[in-house]
Amino acid sequence: MKNFLYELKESLLISLYAIRANKVRSMLTTLGIIIGVTSVVLMSTAIKGIDNAFQKGVSSLGSDNLYIDKWAWFNNDIPWWEMRNRKNLDMDDFKKYEDLAKLPAAVAPTIWTNKKIKFKERNVEGIMISGTTYNYINTTNLSFESGRFFNDFESRGARNVAVIGFTVAKQLFPLGNGLGQEIKIGDVKFKVVGVLDEQGSWVMGNFNPDNQVFIPIDCVFKYFQGERMRSITINVRAPNSTSVEAVKEEAIGIMRRVRGLSYAEDNDFSINQQEGLLTTINQTIGVIQIAGLFITGLALFVGAIGIMNIMFVSVKERTREIGVRKAIGAKNRTILTQFIMEAAIICLIGGMIGLGIAVTLSMIVNQYLPTAVQADAVILAVVISLLTGILSGFAPAYTASKLDPVEALRYE
Amino acid sequence: MKIITIEHIAKIYQVGTEEVHALADVSLTIGKNEYVAIMGPSGSGKSTLMNILGCLDTPTKGIYDFNGVNVSEMNDNELAAIRNKEIGFVFQTFNLLPRSNALHNVELPLIYSGMPSAERKERAMEALINVGLENRVYHRPNELSGGQRQRVAIARALVTRPSIILADEPTGNLDTKTGEEIMVLFNEIYEAGNTIILVTHEEYIAEHAERIIRLRDGLVEKNEIVENRFIPQKRESH
Ligand SMILES: Nc1ncnc2c1ncn2[C@@H]1O[C@H](COP(=O)(O)OP(=O)(O)OP(=O)(O)O)[C@@H](O)[C@H]1O
Ligand SMILES: [Mg+2]
Repeated sequence: MKNFLYELKESLLISLYAIRANKVRSMLTTLGIIIGVTSVVLMSTAIKGIDNAFQKGVSSLGSDNLYIDKWAWFNNDIPWWEMRNRKNLDMDDFKKYEDLAKLPAAVAPTIWTNKKIKFKERNVEGIMISGTTYNYINTTNLSFESGRFFNDFESRGARNVAVIGFTVAKQLFPLGNGLGQEIKIGDVKFKVVGVLDEQGSWVMGNFNPDNQVFIPIDCVFKYFQGERMRSITINVRAPNSTSVEAVKEEAIGIMRRVRGLSYAEDNDFSINQQEGLLTTINQTIGVIQIAGLFITGLALFVGAIGIMNIMFVSVKERTREIGVRKAIGAKNRTILTQFIMEAAIICLIGGMIGLGIAVTLSMIVNQYLPTAVQADAVILAVVISLLTGILSGFAPAYTASKLDPVEALRYE
Repeated sequence: MKIITIEHIAKIYQVGTEEVHALADVSLTIGKNEYVAIMGPSGSGKSTLMNILGCLDTPTKGIYDFNGVNVSEMNDNELAAIRNKEIGFVFQTFNLLPRSNALHNVELPLIYSGMPSAERKERAMEALINVGLENRVYHRPNELSGGQRQRVAIARALVTRPSIILADEPTGNLDTKTGEEIMVLFNEIYEAGNTIILVTHEEYIAEHAERIIRLRDGLVEKNEIVENRFIPQKRESH
């Protein structure tokens, strides 16, 4: 055991000597490993990032929610023209559903519109205006930086009050808090009664509360669009995750009744769930995984072949050295360890370079997409590069260890 | 006391369809603290014999008894251990590790025998001092003269305090004067109680030994005692 430790240390020294003596060659050989490790680390980082963002998004919107909508959001089983021909959901549908539904914790209608927002000279475009009722806040987990959501009274009375998302607030009021200020949505003045905390989820895109402004739904109908022009969405929150299915069953039953569907007719509405989002996210992750694994696999394979090749060259070049070492008492095992170690170290150096590149890249990408280099990515990089080194170094090292000392010493 | 006894050793190489008898049938014994020279024309089997005696190679036939152990039946690992502990090699072409300094070259056998670093360094240093290289400890082989390289090699051979030193034409790559200096060193080693087997082509080198074994065509042609062994005198030249 003690012998083995000394031999390991000696192997380490020799490897470092050998690598230093052939810097360019060693570095070129590690290119495949560098690419492989870079891609595997980036991949795991991206997946982590997407996953984190998704979790955040789900928790800000609430994971026990259902959305009754004219459209199926994720599921493509129903042809789009069929969905287009469905009757719009309107406030009457909502009110009937609200009356009949016993199970939900909270329900709220939402409708979206797109208007320019102004504060004094400052314009912000491309913001989603959500019309809803006071109950909306109870269907989410949103929290406030300042202020509050509009109340029942403001909601029913269609008062000109608005709750603005974090990003919107930053854009309209870069220096201060917008609470209590008057903003213009389209040409209509609204008073800001609440500013939301940052939700920080990019997964939701425009649906991210950060990029939204909430106003009473009747204001939308009053100022911006007729009540039956567009379909509303009904947000339904189940009391807990175990009751989601029951709430869904109930919703289907009530909605069929409300819409007057006969036994033979299909639903002319869809019940959407975050699960659909989960499927989409998983598909994205799947694509990244497959692409990443393919690139990684290819790069590592090419890298491993390169290392193996260079190690065979190295064994050939150092045949005499191997002979000398054997003559003075190196065992086959010692020589084997020495060369495997050398391959492993070359790969490890490549792996560390790859890791460095991946971390740098993910820091750059982080400005657009959330990424997260984790400790396990580092471990992954180390393990993968060591493993590649050991595997690709084995055959050359074995050849070296089996060299006949007399032949090796005679080698020119 | 006998260190080495070989009986009817043969080494046969198959080259194509032809059998080459590098050693045909060799029997001999080497005693403790003997100084033996092996001579013979090129191709007579001297190196082959040395490789077998040094456990680098195994004979095709015959029995090899080293310090009472039957070496002919050992496996690779056991042979490596014998080479490490019992045998010190000195080669014609020095065979030092080019990237390592003198100290590390001399340390190497001790690394393989598992000696702790501090003790190892001390032993290697001592060996280098014994061959007169205390000023060249951190030089690499390419920073040393041929004679100095051979001294490093001798220090490496001695550092494990082996039972026997095997030198295959140790002066073959050196000029006459440097060769003589090396022979002075061998004489000192011999007089310190070591056992030496030395292969040479030069009669005057062989006469440093107590006994000359002459090989021809893989057979022992003569085994003669040197009447007036040449004892070299140390000349203070460097
Ligand atoms: N690996 C081998 N394969 C085939 N023949 C070999 C091999 N090694 C040695 N021989 C043959 O064995 C014979 C003895 O070789 P050896 O090297 O022992 O001679 P030597 O006495 O040391 O010669 P020299 O004085 O030139 O060094 C030679 O004829 C040589 O060709
Ligand atoms: Mg020879």
